[in-house]
Amino acid sequence: MEPRPRSFYFLAAFFALFVLFLYGPTLTIAVLSFQGPRGGLTFPMNGVSTYWFADLFREQAVGDIWGAFRRSFALGLMVMVTTVVVSVMAGLAFRKRFAGSGVLFYLAITSLVIPSILISLGVGLIFNQLGFKIHWATSGFGAQLTWTLPFGLLIMFAVFNRFDKSFEEAARDLGATPWQTIVHVVLPIIAPSLIGVALFGFTLSYDEFARTLLTAGSYNTLPLEIFGMTTNVTTPVIYALGTLTTVFSFLVIAGFLGTVWILGKRRTRFGSDAGKGV
Amino acid sequence: MTRNLIGWLQALPLAFVLAGFLVAPVAMIGMVSFWGSTEFSIYPAFQFENYRYLFSSAVTWKVFFATFKYAAITWALTLSIGFPVAFFLAFHVRSQTLQVALFLVCTIPFWTSNIIRMISWIPFLGRNGIANKTLIDWGVIDQPLEWLLYSDFSVILAFVHLYTLFMVVPIFNTMMRIDRSLLEAARDAGASGYQTLVHVILPLTKPGIMIGTIFVVTLVMGDFITVRFMSGSQRANVGRLISNDIALLQYPSAAATAVVLLVTVLMVIGILLRFVNIRKEL
Repeated sequence: MEPRPRSFYFLAAFFALFVLFLYGPTLTIAVLSFQGPRGGLTFPMNGVSTYWFADLFREQAVGDIWGAFRRSFALGLMVMVTTVVVSVMAGLAFRKRFAGSGVLFYLAITSLVIPSILISLGVGLIFNQLGFKIHWATSGFGAQLTWTLPFGLLIMFAVFNRFDKSFEEAARDLGATPWQTIVHVVLPIIAPSLIGVALFGFTLSYDEFARTLLTAGSYNTLPLEIFGMTTNVTTPVIYALGTLTTVFSFLVIAGFLGTVWILGKRRTRFGSDAGKGV
Repeated sequence: MTRNLIGWLQALPLAFVLAGFLVAPVAMIGMVSFWGSTEFSIYPAFQFENYRYLFSSAVTWKVFFATFKYAAITWALTLSIGFPVAFFLAFHVRSQTLQVALFLVCTIPFWTSNIIRMISWIPFLGRNGIANKTLIDWGVIDQPLEWLLYSDFSVILAFVHLYTLFMVVPIFNTMMRIDRSLLEAARDAGASGYQTLVHVILPLTKPGIMIGTIFVVTLVMGDFITVRFMSGSQRANVGRLISNDIALLQYPSAAATAVVLLVTVLMVIGILLRFVNIRKEL
């Protein structure tokens, strides 16, 4: 190995600073959420306690945090499943270059870059004018899909751009129907990427704010609840809540990434039986 | 024909969602932007009043200017931070495992809550926050700086904090697809490290920079919550103009502003898309 150039050390330091910049604030509020009962929103620490975490489990003075969490969790799962199914189907469709695929592609890109408040406002207006009830599981669900589906679709593009078509040709030569080819050949091969799509679907929904703002109705999701708290809560309880839900996000991310890793391991272990006979 | 049919069937769910929750809402906003409103209700009409008011108000121009200002400054900062970070990851980290791990370290915050990441700046930037205390301890300043929180500074800081990874990921992605033998060739031809960077790597990374730019610019231009929260409601951008109208139930006026914002954003993207073919770059 050749020696590191001087630029390496400079860039490594820059990178370390960037990571500190990314995580520093989050770590700070994690520390501050252990403030003593008399502690304030900033340092110094006034003792160390789990008072503010316990506070979250007490009778709520403002809002309904646990209800909001349950709703966000349920909505996240709904969005996740829908995102995976719809993205895979669309991904398969786009490989065929059907008539109108160009329009649909640009619509998906528009969906990604359109200011979120337009979706929020527009969906809210439509539901109002049509006399539908605005609810997180209907209008909120649809509004969030406009944010998660384009990401799912872009991932599917990346996946199918790298997909080796000879697997499908082999399946077809062996007499598999198109449906069998998809279920037994294509889906198992792209499975790890689907977990990636699921990760995007769940986390982007769980943390989504702008598109849910006017489309959630009378029952808030967790990010809406937290934002409501910022205007009227002036104790570290908001840090405790922030820390808990960030920890929850980290666990979810670790779960998804762990699954991808295990799938990869299994694949190398049981991967190919080519040439081993029957 | 069957090929088209199966393709359509597979694309149908996506088309359905986009039609119902993207096209229809935008059409609705377009329609409502011509409606009239009283203090507590809106009524169908076809009048240009909302637009006339919008363009005749000095506030509109100021707020659009502020929106472009935020977008431009955030873009410059995210690019100058994102490029070196992606460069380090792509060309200086030699172990692939470490590369994946560090890349994940950069992307994980994307999957956590933006609201909480904004809140977490408060203990840093407040009047008695960490930044002010440290600077006073070091003797750099005598008085706490007032412009750290609830100012343009904190708004842009939060934008950079939230959106730099939208720059890092696409740039890293394009850098990883650069054929390494090109770099060797450049060196064999006598190029210095700097010359390789400017004449080989930079041109080849342009598509990634463009995609990152599209993300950052549209996110900042469409934002309303970061500006509201980080400026303590003391600064405005177009998104806040819209959300204020919504809070006052002035939907037609909000819709007109939203239409102008959408047209502006699409024009900016239209210009940027001339430089890159997104589908080829994934």
